[in-house]
Amino acid sequence: MLRFILGRLLSLSLSLIVASLVIFTVIEVIPGDPAAFMLGLNADEATVQALRADLGLDGSRAERYLTWIAGMVQGDFGTSYTYRVPVAELVADRLWVSLPLAVLSLILSTVIAFPVGLLAAANRGRAADYGIMGGTQLGIAIPNFWFGMLLVLVFAVNLRWFSAGGFPGWEEPLLALKSLLLPSVALALPQAAILARVMRSALIETLAQDYMRTARAKGLSRRQALLRHALRNALIPVLTIIGLQFSFLLAGAIIIENVFFLPGLGRLIFQGITQRDLVVVESVTMLLVFAVIVVTFAVDIAYAVADPRLRRRA
Amino acid sequence: MSRLPVPLILGAVLSSVFLAMALLSFVWTPHNVEQLVIANRLQPASADFLLGTDQFGRDLLSMLMVGARVSLAVALVAVGIGVVIGVPLGLAAAATRGSLLDELIMRGNDLIFAFPSLVIAILITAVFGPSAFNAILAIGIFNIPVFARVARGGALSLWTLDYILAARVAGKGKTRISAEHILPNIANLLIVQATIQFSLGILAEAALSYVGLSVQPPTPSWGRMLSDAQTMIYTHPMLAVLPGLAIVLMVLGLNLMGDGLRDMLDPRLRRVRQ
Repeated sequence: MLRFILGRLLSLSLSLIVASLVIFTVIEVIPGDPAAFMLGLNADEATVQALRADLGLDGSRAERYLTWIAGMVQGDFGTSYTYRVPVAELVADRLWVSLPLAVLSLILSTVIAFPVGLLAAANRGRAADYGIMGGTQLGIAIPNFWFGMLLVLVFAVNLRWFSAGGFPGWEEPLLALKSLLLPSVALALPQAAILARVMRSALIETLAQDYMRTARAKGLSRRQALLRHALRNALIPVLTIIGLQFSFLLAGAIIIENVFFLPGLGRLIFQGITQRDLVVVESVTMLLVFAVIVVTFAVDIAYAVADPRLRRRA
Repeated sequence: MSRLPVPLILGAVLSSVFLAMALLSFVWTPHNVEQLVIANRLQPASADFLLGTDQFGRDLLSMLMVGARVSLAVALVAVGIGVVIGVPLGLAAAATRGSLLDELIMRGNDLIFAFPSLVIAILITAVFGPSAFNAILAIGIFNIPVFARVARGGALSLWTLDYILAARVAGKGKTRISAEHILPNIANLLIVQATIQFSLGILAEAALSYVGLSVQPPTPSWGRMLSDAQTMIYTHPMLAVLPGLAIVLMVLGLNLMGDGLRDMLDPRLRRVRQ
């Protein structure tokens, strides 16, 4: 087990290093000098030079890369060109919108998908199964941001149960949660459709195993066998998908934030692009990739805990 | 294969309708979509404007038709990139199983998977600016590891079979075997995957153009129509409903077709499912 974790840790750090190199190189390719950009057309050369030194732009590429990475590791993400405040501060504020949104959606999607997938598998080939499969097929085809707009149309415009967007801040926890509810439903439902299908096919595969017949033969009812033996064994593929979905949810959150005018990482990154605030773009993408890689690592470890057979494959 | 599966027919019909709309838009649309006629703004559906007009006086049906063209083209080329680069990589990885090349290709794949496709798109647009070309690039890059993985997985199991061994004994090199014997036998897998990636590509393009990272105005696209409609949602909800419906039906059609194709092309899978 220890060997397995160490092996995974090694590949985790390799991925992180390569990813950071890719992002750094891409951002380096962009033409234009941020210092000149910030000071405008009329700035004199000496001022531009001073600002370049101030922003740490005058070192060699290798130096700048190392400074950036060393900073990231210590939580210093550089200074935003446009806001003139540390990127870490900007990120911290917005993380408290994007992260709860992604987590809430993940919970919602799992809570919906489990019973639905279970129901479909238990009623395989019957009307309930066909109904659910048809419904999930539709769910997969719906773009989450459009679903978000439909939710706004129904619940904010027509019923007036929710406001159409915006975020009041966490000083009012209940209001904050309420404003995240529609966006997270919009994010969660298409993901739940995928997850329910995976859940169903994993369960069906498990139900065909010999040990399920044994479980029935020793006197368990269908329901007991399903809940006690099939469910646990079907968890492996389901865990994989949940892990993958986290990265989709983070990325999806970026889009959904635009539908509901939520001040999250997504809005930050798009502002960064339009205002050529590359430090922001660079650091936030790195943060997102970091999150995805770490979640993948956690899922790998979770597998190994859930299924000892997988430990040997490291 | 006595009877075509129902989802396949349904999916093929849905997809063909949109394909026909897209193709027709090259030669004819009811109205010009790049001309803003303010006098015609926000018209309800009528004989002249079958689906009504938007806030700039553009005919919604014409925009949906041109939007279908954009959406299909971006997704199709992105699938093409994935197939053309990914499949040879996957075949090479399988042919040299366990070698440094195999390891490099698979690690590279993992790395691309670690970037959510949207993050790649953001990086690319941050460098080159938003355009349809960059949207294709962003979606296409993400297709490469998908096809490499499918090709490698399918090819690996074939390499253990006797007739491949026979071909090797007959003196054929790994490249020829991959091209002549492996590729035709994994074609089914690749076709099914292509359908899936095609529908995912349409969803991705819609998302990118919704946030303004794909094709630029005045060319209409489904995602952009949705973001334009957002401010009108209180007064003219149909502007937001119709383009979304187009996306859903198109993607649904492709998914049904993919499912149907898989059932038809892979009898083994059919048995497992029953």
